[in-house]
Amino acid sequence: MSITSLSSLTIGTIRQGLLKKDFSAKELAEAALAFAQAENPKTNAYLTFSPERALDAAAKVDAEIAKGSPIGALAGVPLGVKDVIVTKGLRTTCGSRMLEHYIPPYDATAVTRLEEEGAVIIGKLNCDEFAMGSSNENSAFGLVRNPRALDRVPGGSSGGSAAAVAQGTAVVTLGSDTGGSIRQPASFCGVVGVTPTYGRVSRYGLVAFASSLDHIGPFARNVEDCATVLKAMAGRDEQDSTSAFAPIDDYHALMKRSVKGLTLGLPTEYFDGLTSETGTVIEAAVKKLESLGCTIRKISLPHTKYALSCYYIIATAEASSNLARYDGVRYTMRSESASLSDMYRKTRGAGFGAEVKRRIMLGTYVLSAGYYDAYYKKAQQVRTLIARDFSDAFKDVDAILAPVSPFPAFKIGEKVDDPLTMYLSDIYTLTGDLAGVPCMSVPCGTSGDGLPIGLQIFAKHFDEATMFRVAWNYEQAS
Amino acid sequence: MNLTEKDVRKVADLANLNLSDEEVARMSHDLGHILTHVEQLNALDTSKVEPMAQVLFDADETATLREDIPHTTLSNKDALANAQLSGAGYYKVPKVIDRT
Repeated sequence: MSITSLSSLTIGTIRQGLLKKDFSAKELAEAALAFAQAENPKTNAYLTFSPERALDAAAKVDAEIAKGSPIGALAGVPLGVKDVIVTKGLRTTCGSRMLEHYIPPYDATAVTRLEEEGAVIIGKLNCDEFAMGSSNENSAFGLVRNPRALDRVPGGSSGGSAAAVAQGTAVVTLGSDTGGSIRQPASFCGVVGVTPTYGRVSRYGLVAFASSLDHIGPFARNVEDCATVLKAMAGRDEQDSTSAFAPIDDYHALMKRSVKGLTLGLPTEYFDGLTSETGTVIEAAVKKLESLGCTIRKISLPHTKYALSCYYIIATAEASSNLARYDGVRYTMRSESASLSDMYRKTRGAGFGAEVKRRIMLGTYVLSAGYYDAYYKKAQQVRTLIARDFSDAFKDVDAILAPVSPFPAFKIGEKVDDPLTMYLSDIYTLTGDLAGVPCMSVPCGTSGDGLPIGLQIFAKHFDEATMFRVAWNYEQAS
Repeated sequence: MNLTEKDVRKVADLANLNLSDEEVARMSHDLGHILTHVEQLNALDTSKVEPMAQVLFDADETATLREDIPHTTLSNKDALANAQLSGAGYYKVPKVIDRT
């Protein structure tokens, strides 16, 4: 493996190259930084580069190799991190003017764990402001372009994370998913994106949007690399009381088992309203899995059509509370005023963009006196029904297959004027977050225009192993 | 569902958020549109359904408790480093109580 083919490197080929001394971690880090910086004007995927941090991490890996010590699971691997995940001493903006100059005093647990395994952070990735959006057009620092079609959006909110992997400027990246923000951009950019079970990865250091729905997850160019990153960062963390104690399976051994004999569910509700191209591509992927020995069974997730309403009440309610902290006191930006309450109002009015304001307003409204039961409690009850749809379905099937999005990547500006139409691009991904089940997008073909289409796979709580098994076997066969 | 500009201003006040006149008009339209959509939830009878506040998994009731061992936390200096204005170990804000 030569260092000149950065965009085809995998975690495995990097490991081989380092151990065979084809290249050093320092050489790889320098090459990756130079390549990412040179390519960035095309997509605007990166907001900040971190050469010092990258070279420090690479030097540690090279020192281990020189000593002949064992190296970490991610030794030397160029990693990009979505800019809603905090990095100590490295600017973390959340794509917002509000945090343009924010330098976090600590690292997210996911970041710490990946760096302990030798990962080399080369930069922070653009995203919709506070992870609110489906197209990456809501970043205060400019939109991100889809590397597969530069006039189209990369999806959102983790648009930079998906674009960097698709463009080859990072081997793996971290994103966050609250309503589809990993799977939808993975699907639009033709890469693999994983939303683990809620609680599987610590949220410590993930800037809070909707705490009961927020997940950190990986992007990579193949299923195996996503499994490696998830394995390295998963598990209980005392800093996040919602992080789970559940044992972490040996994904790599389990996913390479045959899928013969698995039963996969096809929820009828996810196949209405698809573009015909997307439908045809998904159907072919289902056939492929059937030919590998899976039994395909039609199932129903009857409350799917209520997910959008349920989600936009719960997510905005939690966001309105979580974003109350940006008031001009602790987090860098302040609009001066003689009175305290006026200072809060002016700072927030000037620091937040249109979509964030819209969601704070909606969330404040649904939580306000007289409306709480009608909106917020109602939505929480509907969330129970949506979660129950999944637990009922998983009595009969091992995993569920569906499209990620009703259509492939849309044109920049196409949906920006109508919030509700934009929200509809997430209709197939919201349910996974509401139920808390693991789900992912794996590339399964392209539209007539050559735009990538992703297959979504859902599995039972904490059964990422079966999800990876379906995805890996599909990937190998396609 | 209609949200008047007066309603919007009241919610903005609750949210500590300055909005321009233009933003108020736009918000009135957008929020009305979204609230009309979410009214579909009323079609569901949820009278016997428990609300779901969190994704919960089986674990011992004391699973999240830990030993009470002191450990280091952020220093005062680090905690204040991102404040626009601080002094003597505190965040500084505009005067809250007017003594005149």
